[in-house]
Amino acid sequence: MIRKFHLKMDTREAIAGYLFVAPLMLGLIILTLIPVLGSLLLSFTDWNFVAGLGGIRFAGMDNFIRLFHDDAFMKSLLNNLLFIITVPVTIIVALLLAILIDKQVFLKDLFKVIYFLPYISSVVAIAMVWQVMFHPSLGPVNQFLMSLGWSNPPKWLADIHYALPSLMLIQIWIQLGYNIIIFIAGLQSIPKDLYEAADIDGANSWRKFRNITVPCISPTTFFLLVTGVIGSFKIFDLIQVLTQGGPANSTTVIVYELYDTAFNQLKTGYASSMALVLFLICLIITALQMLAQKKWVNY
Amino acid sequence: MRKELLSRTFWTIAMGLLGIAFLLPFLWMLSTSFKLEKDVFNFPIQWLPQQWNLIENYKQVWSGDFARYYGNSIYITLATTIINVLICALAAYGFSKLRFPGRDAMFVVVLALYMVPPQASLVPQFLLFNWLNLIDTHIGLILINSFSIIGAFMLKQFFMGVNNEYLESARMDGAGHFRSFLQIAFPLIRPAVATYAILRFIWTWNDYQYPLIFLKSKELFTIQLGIRLFGDQYGDVYSLMMAGAVSAILPLLIIFALGQKQVIEGIALGGVKG
Repeated sequence: MIRKFHLKMDTREAIAGYLFVAPLMLGLIILTLIPVLGSLLLSFTDWNFVAGLGGIRFAGMDNFIRLFHDDAFMKSLLNNLLFIITVPVTIIVALLLAILIDKQVFLKDLFKVIYFLPYISSVVAIAMVWQVMFHPSLGPVNQFLMSLGWSNPPKWLADIHYALPSLMLIQIWIQLGYNIIIFIAGLQSIPKDLYEAADIDGANSWRKFRNITVPCISPTTFFLLVTGVIGSFKIFDLIQVLTQGGPANSTTVIVYELYDTAFNQLKTGYASSMALVLFLICLIITALQMLAQKKWVNY
Repeated sequence: MRKELLSRTFWTIAMGLLGIAFLLPFLWMLSTSFKLEKDVFNFPIQWLPQQWNLIENYKQVWSGDFARYYGNSIYITLATTIINVLICALAAYGFSKLRFPGRDAMFVVVLALYMVPPQASLVPQFLLFNWLNLIDTHIGLILINSFSIIGAFMLKQFFMGVNNEYLESARMDGAGHFRSFLQIAFPLIRPAVATYAILRFIWTWNDYQYPLIFLKSKELFTIQLGIRLFGDQYGDVYSLMMAGAVSAILPLLIIFALGQKQVIEGIALGGVKG
């Protein structure tokens, strides 16, 4: 009797369990798992979806061979690699600011809010502001530089050499607050007695930073590095709004190429092969992270 | 002690100046949106307008289709946030408080899917929605943003902190699993739910990529597409562009001001990223 009652309870709990997770699982299967497998299959085809299912042709490895001869795509890969530079720069600046905010100032919460504002603001709105500020002849940035006596300042977003660095600067400005918040949380978990012991030993600020803060914060740094690098491969909004990959492909990135190929040029199969490359890159970074974690991070 | 106070004051002032410099783009945006167009590029920059044109600028921005985009965004963002939070909370409760065969295997699948960059599934998602006639509908846009792994992770952490005895005693009293979830567990983690809901609101409001690809008709546009369109139309009327940008950011600033502590703690806690 008791056994039967238990069985009934367990069955009911199991049914309830499936019902509770069903909406999320169904959503993820239909909207993520199947589409990823779809991308994988489509990447071996030559297809314009407007032509209907009848228009699909198997293309073998053609798309991938084409990718590596596609100047725009190779440029986008290179630009994504260059964009990685924003990650360590953001991390270093954020760590210094986080230490100052955590230990050295009044109104700590106000400073967190200040640096966090760009991160929560709409990228489109922010991009429009920077577009006007970077205006080649009239914008405040160049007017300021000209008033300092620089007669021929760069054209920033309109200049083939300066467009990418300008975007990287804006990206750092946006990401800084997020990094600071995570670092402050990490700093607060460092045991205070470590610093007290160092004080007794007469260590100066630099030695404390170098020998206590940096090693103790390394899990946080590592987390920000990995999520930052993966995030930098997903960058799109800023580029779509500000440069659309231009001038002359100097700011194109993988996701922008993917978007342009799929939705402007309507090359469904070819765009899917780009999606697959993006997926593989994120997978490799995650795998490297798992390998590196043990060597790199001091707990 | 006095030395300590002095050093703190020094750093507060230094960091304050740096903070103002950091926020200059925002200040410039705000001040430009108050100006007459002819004064926009005056140099040295006039942070306070010589002649105020605040009401006229905002009136002109809002006289067009802006109110419609705003309405669309509010509707889509609220609907997405409510559905997303509910689906995540249900799944989080299922994965943390109920035992059923295959639970751990399913959770591993969810973990694995978290590594997939959203753009890797974008094209098939578009094809699927196109086939279902959900492209260029608000329902489609709400649906695509309704399932979030990060939300399920975050809320699962909090459900795990809920004492099982509360739930068991409720069940002894004859409450079903759904009632224990809704009336006991959910209220206990309400602060975490609020934090996640605010973050989801911000992320959805700012979403640009999905509306860009999924919406075609102007009357369905969200505010992000709206200000972009507005920027194209008024590309050289910078005072109006900035008034549009301020209008698009304003709801976020209000939400952030209200839930500033939750947002920052939430971000710090999970290292969450949309």
